[in-house]
Amino acid sequence: MSVRDYLRERFFPHMWCPGCGHGTVLNALLRAVEKLGLDKSEIVMVSGIGCSARISGYVDFHTMHTIHGRALAFATGIKMSRPELSVLVPMGDGDALAIGGNHFLHAARRNIDLTAIIMNNRIYGMTGGQFSPLTGYGCFGTTAPYGSVDHSFDLVELSTSAGASFVARSTTYHVIELAGIIEKAIAHRGFSVVEVMSQCPTNFGRRNQAGSAVEMLETYRKQTVPLDSEAAQTSPEKIRRGVFVEKKRPEYTEAYEEMIRSATGES
Amino acid sequence: MSRQIEFVQGNVACAKAALYAGLEFFAGYPITPSSEIAEYMAKRLPQNGGKFLQMEDEIASICAIIGASLTGRKVMTATSGPGFSLMQEALGYAVMTEIPCVIANVQRGGPSTGLPTHVSQGDVNQARYGTHGEHAIVALTASTAQDIFTLTVDAFNFAETYRTPVILLLDETTGHLRERLEVPAADGIATVGRLKTTVSQGVDYHPYLPREDGRLPMSDFGGAHRYNVTGLFHDMWGFPTENPKIVYGLIRHLVDKIDHNADQMARWKEYYIDDAPTLLVSYGAAARSALHLVENRRKRGEKLGLLELQTLWPFPHELVREKCCHAQSIVVVEMNMGQVLQQVKLAVRQPEKAFLANRIDGELITPTDIQNIIHVIQGKGV
Repeated sequence: MSVRDYLRERFFPHMWCPGCGHGTVLNALLRAVEKLGLDKSEIVMVSGIGCSARISGYVDFHTMHTIHGRALAFATGIKMSRPELSVLVPMGDGDALAIGGNHFLHAARRNIDLTAIIMNNRIYGMTGGQFSPLTGYGCFGTTAPYGSVDHSFDLVELSTSAGASFVARSTTYHVIELAGIIEKAIAHRGFSVVEVMSQCPTNFGRRNQAGSAVEMLETYRKQTVPLDSEAAQTSPEKIRRGVFVEKKRPEYTEAYEEMIRSATGES
Repeated sequence: MSRQIEFVQGNVACAKAALYAGLEFFAGYPITPSSEIAEYMAKRLPQNGGKFLQMEDEIASICAIIGASLTGRKVMTATSGPGFSLMQEALGYAVMTEIPCVIANVQRGGPSTGLPTHVSQGDVNQARYGTHGEHAIVALTASTAQDIFTLTVDAFNFAETYRTPVILLLDETTGHLRERLEVPAADGIATVGRLKTTVSQGVDYHPYLPREDGRLPMSDFGGAHRYNVTGLFHDMWGFPTENPKIVYGLIRHLVDKIDHNADQMARWKEYYIDDAPTLLVSYGAAARSALHLVENRRKRGEKLGLLELQTLWPFPHELVREKCCHAQSIVVVEMNMGQVLQQVKLAVRQPEKAFLANRIDGELITPTDIQNIIHVIQGKGV
């Protein structure tokens, strides 16, 4: 099956701005799904609100576009009801970590088998460029005209300490790497987090002298290093990419089925 | 077969009825005075192969049940005022996406943290108007464990029939009061299953194209048909649209499917109303005191009557108008500042004859309270 077969072409053209990284994430995601050989009917995509959330409209899976910040809570209900389905949850940085921060922590704590893909563009794009929990100290947004005094989460550390059993980071520059990471994340049994640094030239780049989309991609190339590389040792100021956590922990739906067997006296 | 008689709290009657109606999935968050419902589900649902989830908050709870409902399960959550406030946005999502679910709100004193362990009926208007945007809603209430059982089954039936969230507005007194419950035989009360599409796999399924009778057959999410669900205004495919004609059509559909079926959803009880110059209108725990007073006064020859409402939304205006047409004064007995009184005044021919007998201090309104107010209305003083 070609990647094109996973798209709902009647929904195009998409609504993302020229130069937006989210289309690249969609591309990598579909290549990962294709590589895994998943049937379209085995995949549920649940999204919240924001530019990132619109990804669910473009794919020919079972798709649910929900309310801001709550995608993981809806996805938890779906996964608990139908554990055999692969449930993908694309979110933005504001969606996942500000309004949805609590659900994110608890989904990770439960280690429920959902694949959370956080498209981190460091800004609220759809509403016009307000600062997010990942904008960063000193960076600008329409609601941070003098530079943000808020510090960012480190999403990798946050996910790890909350209990996610698969944690990775990549960027829209490293497309092949990204597709491979998403493939691993979907295949992983447990709560998987993939942070994708995804450029927003319109609302982050413009206000932060980050340049065009191409220049922002170039920055991803220069400012990030593979986790296990020598550069990661010699340049600790650079952002590390790769799979940070991949471990076995009891998965929530499986633990629940075990509990049902115990409650019904089957085990 | 022997009858199944139990001595249970109203909350437990509600939980038992939910299982009777076919509940398979419950998600909730602890809150007084509703927690017994979650505790019952935590024990019973896994034994039945169902799922109970304790989520991180009430928002997550309602979102989880909406997700599970879409996959084909009968679902429920239970909460009280503060949690019900948190659920309002997702409640609107269930209205917009037409996903069946039941939300029990065991009311306590409010606003805010209020009176966690005391009775109130302050959420009647919140049930109707709490979520933003024009919409219609179904809200049911009851005054005894037996009626809570029946109305809970009705709640699931209405949710499935009309593809809507249904709110069960219980209250602290009826929720915690222990009394007799006769559990109906398995086929004692009809239960409505999910209306599923007959469109076979591979054939175009329109998730939001109503049939001629206005009903929308569902396809279990994750099953034969892949489709989109969104809280945005959407077309028959479930795709977002801003087309004014489609927007108008959808909002009319959401309102009309409830309002046009108000008669089918009207539930009430009536006591001695035909010859009563003074008619009480009440519901929930307040109706117990109202009924007690009516029966006591009847023994002394005083002609009091009671109309006990069980369907609060869609408000049965025509029913109330008809039942009140011979009364010289109508006394609405409730534990708020007149939320149902407002509707009764809209319903009756002479709204100036409708009065409020209320109590808002967290204590159950008593027959004496009501009697005193009736005396004042009749010009007899306290």
